[in-house]
Amino acid sequence: MESNDKSYNRRSFIHKGMRLALGTAVVGTGALALARSRGAQEYVWQIDPFKCNQCGRCATECVKSESAVKCVHAYDLCGYCDLCGGYLKPGAKKETGAESQLCPTAAIQRKFIEEPYFEYVIDESLCIGCAKCVKGCSAFGNGSLHLQIRHDLCLNCNQCSIAASCPSKAISRVSADEPYMIKGDWTNQEEGTDEA
Amino acid sequence: MRHEMKRIVLLLMAGLVLTGSFTMAQQRFPKPEFESGYVQPSPTVPEPRAVAMEFFDVIVLLGVLTLVSWLVIRKRSRRGILWVSIFSLIYFGFYRDGCICSIGAIQNVALSIFDPGYAISITALLFFLLPLLFALFFGRVFCGGACPLGAIQDLLIIKPMSIPSWIRKTLGFIPVLYLGLSVLFAATGSDFIICRYDPFVGIFRMDGPFLMIFLGIMFLLLGMFFSRPYCRVFCPYGVLLSWMSWFSKKHLTITPSECIKCKLCKDSCPFDAIEVPVDKKYRTPEVSRSNLRKFVLYVALIPVLAVAGGWIGSRSHVFMSRVHPDVYLAELMISHPELREDEENLDIQAFLESGETFEELVQRASLIRQRYKGGGWALGAFLGLVLGVMLMNQVVFRKKETFEPHRGNCLSCGRCMDYCPVESPEPKKWNAGWLKLKKVKNNS
Repeated sequence: MESNDKSYNRRSFIHKGMRLALGTAVVGTGALALARSRGAQEYVWQIDPFKCNQCGRCATECVKSESAVKCVHAYDLCGYCDLCGGYLKPGAKKETGAESQLCPTAAIQRKFIEEPYFEYVIDESLCIGCAKCVKGCSAFGNGSLHLQIRHDLCLNCNQCSIAASCPSKAISRVSADEPYMIKGDWTNQEEGTDEA
Repeated sequence: MRHEMKRIVLLLMAGLVLTGSFTMAQQRFPKPEFESGYVQPSPTVPEPRAVAMEFFDVIVLLGVLTLVSWLVIRKRSRRGILWVSIFSLIYFGFYRDGCICSIGAIQNVALSIFDPGYAISITALLFFLLPLLFALFFGRVFCGGACPLGAIQDLLIIKPMSIPSWIRKTLGFIPVLYLGLSVLFAATGSDFIICRYDPFVGIFRMDGPFLMIFLGIMFLLLGMFFSRPYCRVFCPYGVLLSWMSWFSKKHLTITPSECIKCKLCKDSCPFDAIEVPVDKKYRTPEVSRSNLRKFVLYVALIPVLAVAGGWIGSRSHVFMSRVHPDVYLAELMISHPELREDEENLDIQAFLESGETFEELVQRASLIRQRYKGGGWALGAFLGLVLGVMLMNQVVFRKKETFEPHRGNCLSCGRCMDYCPVESPEPKKWNAGWLKLKKVKNNS
């Protein structure tokens, strides 16, 4: 009987000791993670449009079948060109039929403003984030068309699968306070005009 | 006329782009000054989910864990646990799209410890810590009622098979390996493999790549017979939880009073997590002595296994480091220099455009590989250690006279409590009425 008590005590001692050790380890890991972080942060994923090389993977790599990446138009940066490198296929001249549009889903709507300026608006419900227009606009225009992750669509995955396969490493975690890097806003801020 | 001008400018600009002067690009065409009173729209920026809502998730998790602990330890209600797990499935699974989750949070914690550039998010940290702390006090209540991955599998258990112990124990090493690898890959900033190969997230989102959905459905189909396969054979977080649960302060008990050894609970458990009373024949002095000898042998084997594991781990660091995209790219460019000319290879083309020199890439890759060498040692030693302890546990003799849940493997689903025919000797106030009802039913 006595020996039973002893073995029970020994086991309960080991049990308690291990519990204490594991508890310390867990809390210690948490504390270490916090200490190494120097202040915690909530994250969202963001595309740096200046790093983006328009490879087109945003359209295919997102875990959602409709990519959370869309083309965003920084109107402030746009030249309102008639011959828009983002809207028309190279060499399409001025025919604006569907066959000469660069966008595979015809998500860019062109509207006449005044001679000789045209406004280009992205219909985000059609945009698939393929960056074809971004490539055209960056190559021949001002680069006002650029890709951004739309945070009403983005699921904020722990590991963005587009980021994992982005060849130019343009996608990174940023503070949730500043989820967007809109190209136009930059010039606005610099020049102190419009919405700055 | 202006169009013609623009065209010429355009051609000039195309030339400029080719020379790579991007800073010029912003001013390529000046912003027009409109005369028609056109108002320039500004780009919309739909906000992400509010941070306050993320904290709400933590509160929900805390609430669910508290509720399940109470249902498991005090109320002893399988039905309650089931309903809470359905709530968790709907909230954390279908509503929150399976992200955020405690299993994946392991990687955030690992990354924040090893990457000074990454600060942990408080929600991820709490999602990592809370279930572990609860397991330390009440067992794996997280698995029982809070984990959406567990809940979706639990609901689809149809005809659970009993798996022989040696198979279960062998398969039990896979989660440890998975845990070790996921920490290694997260700590080196290579990949979050737990998230990448999460089988159910596609089902929660009702959307996803084919492989993800396919894997999820396969797991669910398998789970009809081999209950909760992900939890038992893969879940890396389950490893941590089972360590905690092993030494928990309180734990689910099958019977409210004294076990009558009716074996009903054993048959009710779909996870083979109930240990039977130890047979008399194992209590002979010869067996004890041989067990003791084995025990000493296995304890002595632990450091040997750890060192051997570490050696193997460090030997395979070159192989493992290829998971990191930089190492992969550097190796690819060294072994296939002709790919530099390949326009189709986006990764190499993007690297060549980035302006970084090849030497810099190689240097970065070799630094990462160096980290993998240390990481490989740690991973191998960890795996060896766990293997040694698992072996040791084979011969640890515990006197068991009743049916008891296996503390590490019990997922706190509460089925056994439901099946136990023994009634509580002192009905608690809150279930006295229920028990009375049960009695009336039984008598009639």
